[in-house]
Amino acid sequence: MDWEVVIGLETHAQLATHSKIFSGAATAFGAAPNAQACAVDLALPGVLPVMNRTAVEYAIRFGLAAQVVIAKRSIFARKNYFYPDLPKGYQISQYEIPVVSGGQIVVELEGLEIPVRLTRAHLEADAGKSLHEDFHGLSGIDLNRAGTPLLEIVSAPDMRSAAEAVAYARTLHNLVMWLDICDGNMQEGSFRCDANVSVRPKGQQAYGTRCEIKNLNSFRFMEKAIEFEIRRQIALIESGGNVVQETRLYDPDRDETRSMRSKEDAQDYRYFPDPDLLPLCIDAAWIERVRNALPELPDAMRRRFVSDFGLSPYDASVLTASFDQAQYFQALMHFVQGVAKLCANWVSGELSAALHRDGLEIRHSRITPQQLGGLLRRIQDGTLSGKMAREIFDALWSDGGEADTLIESKGLKQISDVSTLEKIVEALMAAHPGQVAEYRAGKEKVFGFFVGLAMKACGGRAMPFLKTGWLANEALPFLGHSCSPAGSF
Amino acid sequence: MALTENDLRRLARLARIRVEDNEVGTLLTQLSGILGLIDQLQAVDTRGIEPLSHALDLEQRLRPDEVTEVDRREQFQAVAPQVEAGLYLVPKVIE
Repeated sequence: MDWEVVIGLETHAQLATHSKIFSGAATAFGAAPNAQACAVDLALPGVLPVMNRTAVEYAIRFGLAAQVVIAKRSIFARKNYFYPDLPKGYQISQYEIPVVSGGQIVVELEGLEIPVRLTRAHLEADAGKSLHEDFHGLSGIDLNRAGTPLLEIVSAPDMRSAAEAVAYARTLHNLVMWLDICDGNMQEGSFRCDANVSVRPKGQQAYGTRCEIKNLNSFRFMEKAIEFEIRRQIALIESGGNVVQETRLYDPDRDETRSMRSKEDAQDYRYFPDPDLLPLCIDAAWIERVRNALPELPDAMRRRFVSDFGLSPYDASVLTASFDQAQYFQALMHFVQGVAKLCANWVSGELSAALHRDGLEIRHSRITPQQLGGLLRRIQDGTLSGKMAREIFDALWSDGGEADTLIESKGLKQISDVSTLEKIVEALMAAHPGQVAEYRAGKEKVFGFFVGLAMKACGGRAMPFLKTGWLANEALPFLGHSCSPAGSF
Repeated sequence: MALTENDLRRLARLARIRVEDNEVGTLLTQLSGILGLIDQLQAVDTRGIEPLSHALDLEQRLRPDEVTEVDRREQFQAVAPQVEAGLYLVPKVIE
């Protein structure tokens, strides 16, 4: 039977505020345990939450970028459950009226544009962390993370493969970083995804029973976990079984998902409006202020790169895969005009490779757009071959400086005047009278011998000439041969 | 709504409350009585009435995003039953 896969994603993006959503404690990652857990975060008696304006503003920013409806009035609710890293016994979240609802994200995958609808996005407070290493049979609790603002972004079940789900997650990841509302660090848990996965016979309208896979903290694991889960569900149904609605955890070591808790034991969260918090009101003027401060969005920039610079959709989406990279590219384009494709190739090629090799972010690149621009101008005007440019690039990368100065000092300038080349060829002929005689006698293979010598003598600095057949067409008279050589290139 | 013994035991499990067998009968009667009151509330016609989320007709005040709290871990942990390496220790909770 043919199966159709249905996937929806719930994403928790930690909002990059300095302080917590309901308290003035710091949110910095990596502090000593509980050094950033204040009385509000610990839920000591008598404390009250006071909402962080910037967390709300970040939610508005996201809402505008994803074309959602921003609620003029939204409500905070208590989501009740027991766990030691949740000292209040409830999480402050939003339930009936979230801050944003609707909207969609356009995902590009293999040249196709796939719209993924968003159901909602709501603000909530993160829980603390439980450490289950051996503390004499006890668990250790670190509440530094408790109260960190989260934006939970819920997609509709619009994805039809693990690859689509990953492409959506990557697009969302890029967007929240682009908007500067989340640092996107998946290792530190700043961007976490849960996937709801089900399968149904192709053509069937009703959804199959879904399983939720928790805490997919890398795109690679997400893809593998969903792939495994699809195989598991299909095998289960085809062997006569039924999928049970449950929460499953992905184990990367074994590449499998395991049951975590079944619906039988599912929490009843007993949501109700939090009496400690009044309704959150967002007026039109505030929304307009945020709208006016929005940067150009990746989607719009991608289209502009295609229409204004003539880049391929693929190049445009590679360049807009991060805000910083897109900014770098645009800055580079100020220094070299009219060769967008060349710039795109160098940013996504040499520069990316060098950054990756040294583990650097593009904003910390050792070569500025101005420096790279200076180098690319010399490719543009024919001074440098690609190989020579890479040599200059490596020198710029390790020692800094300017392309033009390095070209001079390294003597890497292409030999661009014919008389210099003629002199080199004359000298070669004088040094090898035997081979010249052979060639004149019609032994055309000897031509290759001279090409090799000429290239060596020029140190690779005459490549364009040699490649365009200069030796064959212009230097031939010296060799006194009238026919076009077979070994031309 | 009639509450069954199974419902009661499930609720107790979710609420992490231990219920002894000899308490089940009494609790069932008491809880069913409360549910009767809720039935009474739900019988009221609320069509056209906007749900009330807060008793005060005010809106949430927002604070600037500033770190105003200092590290007072030592004071907070002085009253905790058990701490180690800066962590609060609790009975093992792994599922």
